Amino acid sequence: MRAFSLERASDPQQAAKSAASHENSKFIAGGTNLIDLMKLEIETPTHLVDVTQLGLDKIEETDEGGLRIGTLVSNTDLAADDRVRRDYPVLTRALVAGATGQLRNKATTGGNFLQRTRCPYFYDTNMPCNKRNPGSGCAAIGGYSRQLAVIGGSDHCIATHPSDMAVAMRVLDAELETVDPDGKTRSIAVDDLYRLPGDTPEKETNLKPGEVITAVTLPKPVGGKQIYYKVRDRSSYAFALVSVAAIVQPDGTGRVALGGVAPKPWRDEEAEKALPQGAGAVMDTLLADANPTDDNEFKVPLAKRTLAAVLQEAGN
Amino acid sequence: MRFDKPAGDSVLADTKVIGKPVHRVDGPLKTTGTAPYAYERHDVAANQLVGWPVGAAIAKGKLKSVGTKKAEAAPGVVAVLTTLQFDRLPLSQWNTANLFGGDQIEHYHQAVALVVAETLETARAGAAMLEFDYAPDTEASFDLSKTAPTGDEQPLSDVGNFEKAYADAPVTIDVNYTTPAESHAMMEPHASIAAWDGDEVTLWTSNQMIQWDKMALATTLKTTPDKVRIDSPYIGGGFGSKLFLRADAVLAALGAKRTGKPVKVQLPRPMIFNNTTHRGLTEQHLKIGATQDGKIVAISHENKSNALPGGSSEKAPAPTQHFYATDNLYCINRTAEMHLPESNAMRAPGEASGLMALEAAMDELAEKLDMDPVELRIMNDAKVDPSNPNKTFSRRHFVECLRTGADRFGWSKRNRKPGDTREGAWLIGHGVAGAYRGAPAQASGAEVAIRPDGGVVVRTDMTDIGTGSYTILAQTAAEMLGVPVERVRVELGDSRYPVSSGSGGQFGAVSSTAGVYAACVALRKKIADELGKKHDDLTFADGAVHAGGSTTELKKLTRGGRELSAIDTMHFGDFRSEKYVVSTFGAHFIEARVHSLTGEVRLNRMLAVCDAGRILNPITARSQVIGAMTMGAGAALLEEMAVDHDRGFFVNHDLAGYEVPVHLDIPHQEVVFLDVLDPVSTPLKAKGVGELGICGVAAAIANAVNNATGIRVRDYPITLDKIVGKLPTI
Repeated sequence: MRAFSLERASDPQQAAKSAASHENSKFIAGGTNLIDLMKLEIETPTHLVDVTQLGLDKIEETDEGGLRIGTLVSNTDLAADDRVRRDYPVLTRALVAGATGQLRNKATTGGNFLQRTRCPYFYDTNMPCNKRNPGSGCAAIGGYSRQLAVIGGSDHCIATHPSDMAVAMRVLDAELETVDPDGKTRSIAVDDLYRLPGDTPEKETNLKPGEVITAVTLPKPVGGKQIYYKVRDRSSYAFALVSVAAIVQPDGTGRVALGGVAPKPWRDEEAEKALPQGAGAVMDTLLADANPTDDNEFKVPLAKRTLAAVLQEAGN
Repeated sequence: MRFDKPAGDSVLADTKVIGKPVHRVDGPLKTTGTAPYAYERHDVAANQLVGWPVGAAIAKGKLKSVGTKKAEAAPGVVAVLTTLQFDRLPLSQWNTANLFGGDQIEHYHQAVALVVAETLETARAGAAMLEFDYAPDTEASFDLSKTAPTGDEQPLSDVGNFEKAYADAPVTIDVNYTTPAESHAMMEPHASIAAWDGDEVTLWTSNQMIQWDKMALATTLKTTPDKVRIDSPYIGGGFGSKLFLRADAVLAALGAKRTGKPVKVQLPRPMIFNNTTHRGLTEQHLKIGATQDGKIVAISHENKSNALPGGSSEKAPAPTQHFYATDNLYCINRTAEMHLPESNAMRAPGEASGLMALEAAMDELAEKLDMDPVELRIMNDAKVDPSNPNKTFSRRHFVECLRTGADRFGWSKRNRKPGDTREGAWLIGHGVAGAYRGAPAQASGAEVAIRPDGGVVVRTDMTDIGTGSYTILAQTAAEMLGVPVERVRVELGDSRYPVSSGSGGQFGAVSSTAGVYAACVALRKKIADELGKKHDDLTFADGAVHAGGSTTELKKLTRGGRELSAIDTMHFGDFRSEKYVVSTFGAHFIEARVHSLTGEVRLNRMLAVCDAGRILNPITARSQVIGAMTMGAGAALLEEMAVDHDRGFFVNHDLAGYEVPVHLDIPHQEVVFLDVLDPVSTPLKAKGVGELGICGVAAAIANAVNNATGIRVRDYPITLDKIVGKLPTI
């Protein structure tokens, strides 16, 4: 871990300014991912902006009948919130499928969106990795890629995004609220937050320098059976091989997003129109462009079968 | 004392403490976090510096240069040691891979540097500033399937005429199994603190084998063993990973020498997987021939496994040499010399891997014969050693294990037809496997003393790697000297104490208790002499010696505040191995479920029945067996050190990537001990059990998966990607 300066921000704009005024800065809240990466010399920020004192730890109802979740609400508190459990159960199920109780107590809502990939080559600084060290190459392509992306990757990177929460947020049409160093606010849909790797896998989001997430808003509840099915080798404390977040309405229509298969939560509003025709019909479109490796080609049929299990559970 | 013939019926026939469910005497220290583990021994030496080790970035080749200037100038950095500053250090007889010194890189993450600094953070930051220039060697072998064995191996067993008997057998199976490299993944990393006093070095470390460690460190540091002291009283798991001197100890000693201050070094978790040892990969080929009614007439078990040049490989056919009766047996282990890290012992080396294949193959044979797999095993139980029919088993209750287990488990109500039992989306299956593990004993010494307060102290360089050594040694001394367990203090892991067996090969408990028994007998004789009585006339009870109507409190036997002490070593005679096969046996029963859509495998029930001689303490023994069953479940379903065949290293080198079971993976575990005495084994008539518990578990799970689905996975671990494509289409 390198020496760094630490600034405790008292309001969001100040946090954004502080971050933007340093070339190599990071926000820190729960630190459940960043601190590990700093210990491993994967992240080497020279300036940390502590956002934990911003007071953004409330869950409020919006005028539109939805919820505004402060960026600092812990994963534990968010999962346990009565309104979330009642109206957005897919979010609770996704949250409790992730990490462990200890980590969820520390991890925040905003931070969860911004966690880095768990690609093993990203984690080993001896290995080429375009995400960690742009231009150095990708050891995962042609290497051990069982956990990695089957769709959305590029010749430069096939890392997956590890979040469970973000997959549920995507299927719920959540939007992020941000503040930039000039104090300007904007809303960003989850799908627009993330970039695909292309030839710049080191750039993972469309956030501008210093732009800080302040809240996440959920639209009015849409009802339906809400299910998060996370498939993994061990029963707990493991990242998804494939996960399915689904909202299934009584008429068989609904929404589907996948985790564990792509650099971001993977959803296609066109593909999910086929939901009444069953899992195969959805996946044939949603994963039509899949380009798996020998190690991870099982994820394509597994995604279809997992959605079938979800539909079975939903009773459709 | 020598153990030259089986113990008589009267020896420890009616015990009061040995064999009783005594809670761990070191339990409070463990549960309150006050047991001093190696890296946290802040009090043993003042002004400790912290060393951060660096592993090689390539698997094979040469290190051309190391740029140290930036690191040396970094704040807090006291010294930078690089492998190029040293000649290649000599290796002990127990080590294969280079530990430090010289420019040759033999495997990924071989130690190449140590940055010593005032704090962990500054040492780590300094280490990241080192600049290495390597010349990789492209002539390297990392893929077992593409590496030929050395070709000079002799069969482990070659009895009768396998080829002919197999060719003549009416029912045969011919199957290939693979097992991956596995990591011990113990909780406590390898860690050492070293301090020099003149030319003498003390190492506070975490090591299973104190004497080996002392000898090896002396060799590697080019000094004599009398200049080395090792202290390792508490060990947070070993499983074979800490049998040998490793880089943490060497680097700590070199760092302390360089700086003139105590230096502590812990291997960072991501370095443990490639820097230290692992259970080797195996490719196993099994052929079994049988009669129509299930009598086995021929077994061949051939294995290929990886090793560094000059190293040893995973001897998977080991259990097959002694398990099932057959007149025609061929077992051979072939070593493929490769440039992966060092393969070496992990819990039940050989047996654990071998049974993953043999016991699944037995299930395949039962299926082909349309026989109950329990009955097939019973029918083929060996009465004499199949590898050497002149030898018998000291005690063998394998059939009783199977029958007891089948009864407890409700085997008769099992699913009989694959795919036939469902609960919702889950397919339910049942599996059985036999367990076999040798029960060796090693010479083991101890000092036992009466303290001036009448308490008893046991001192031996034996280790407690979480197994319960403290407790069973206290029980042994309490039994022999007639004091309550609470009055016995056990001091372990210090090389100044008598040399013990150490912990490994499931010989630790049986050997070290025999050593304490020997020392207690010596002390009792000494007491008899002091009292002018015959040893056989003495009775030790209630903290006193009773003889011919007179009673002497133990504390009265001490003089001038000094202890009354005796030292002895138990030596085991050759009769044990010349006349007998001394082994442990067991049976595992599993109920598993497989998701019919996703292929996820989860366990519903686990049952083990163990035949391991006298159970010295049913609490600590059960703890060993359920831990081993958990490890077996990991081997069956999760654990694999993934090899990058181009770059030559284990990729998933942390505990996020290398998945071991979590609580939710492990269902209710039931353990039954037959608890039958084996007088051939030791005076306590005990045998090891800590490694028996893992043997056969993975095969029982594989068999349950097959029973649930009709899918036979012969390539461990049984992950869902190997199942999902074979499940019925949707």
